[in-house]
Amino acid sequence: MMQFESWADFWAMGGYAFYVWLSFGVALGAMALITIFSVIEHKRLIKQVVTEQQRKLRIQRAQQQALNDTTEPDRSN
Amino acid sequence: MWKWLHPYAKPERAYQLCNTLLPWFALPAVVCLVVGTIWGLAYAPQDYQQGDSFRIIYIHVPSAMLSMSTYVAMAIAALVGMVWQWRTAYMAMIAMAPVGAVMTFIALLTGAAWGKPMWGAWWVWDARLTSELILLFLYFGVIALYTAFEDKQQAGKAAGVMALVGVVNIPIIHYSVEWWNTLHQGSTITKFDKPSIATEMLWPLLLNIFGFALFIALVTTMRLKNEIIRREMHRPWVQMLVKQKETNDAV
Repeated sequence: MMQFESWADFWAMGGYAFYVWLSFGVALGAMALITIFSVIEHKRLIKQVVTEQQRKLRIQRAQQQALNDTTEPDRSN
Repeated sequence: MWKWLHPYAKPERAYQLCNTLLPWFALPAVVCLVVGTIWGLAYAPQDYQQGDSFRIIYIHVPSAMLSMSTYVAMAIAALVGMVWQWRTAYMAMIAMAPVGAVMTFIALLTGAAWGKPMWGAWWVWDARLTSELILLFLYFGVIALYTAFEDKQQAGKAAGVMALVGVVNIPIIHYSVEWWNTLHQGSTITKFDKPSIATEMLWPLLLNIFGFALFIALVTTMRLKNEIIRREMHRPWVQMLVKQKETNDAV
């Protein structure tokens, strides 16, 4: 059984609207923020791992390339 | 006796366990919180003395109770880290700290917003309020100490000692309403005899307590996963994991 007559009545919270909605609002906000930050952090970490993998791959390729260049016989003259 | 627990000391196994647990925390947490909050806000009867302002109880009590439980859990993780030299235990400890700090903050703020209309003051330097504020500073201290060390194993030990010492504050918070004269009302639901709260008011409260507990478990698990990846970033299993994730996303 709903305790309030109307929506306006519900939002008014028997005259305590400010205190009740402040409490629920801040609680919701704080809980949402820590969840969102945790998700963003996860994405950032995964991205960091990927970036490092790609860099490692690039370095490997460059080294291979350099090795090939030096071992190739010189046919310029 | 505790042998089954030991494989989970390995970060890789702990990470897998986190993934298994996540959905079991997420869905029930949302359901409990939504149902409990709507029930508490709209359907629970008014308090005959406090009118509708008492509805703040539906977040104040869960967050305050669980800010203490989270602290105890964090201290237990620190103890496990010290006794068995588990790196993952320290990771769990530092994953819990910010979640506990958020709970303490919510408890303090909702307490202030409830205190203003009922006591006429946002804040009083009363035993219950002060000890809860100290709890917030203890969480901050643990986080700050952990961040201050470059070597995270050292950081875990230092922050762990602080977490363990801070446990003395928990009984002080709990019994503060009995030991000192205080504005804060005594316990209404954690009494061993019949709880002194009407059943129609109690049910949504229990739902929200459960929901908050699941929410804390959920965010802790998410943060523990992050902490494991941060510490194990260069290990082959993390590299494999990310590669697999990439191919899954590409498909």
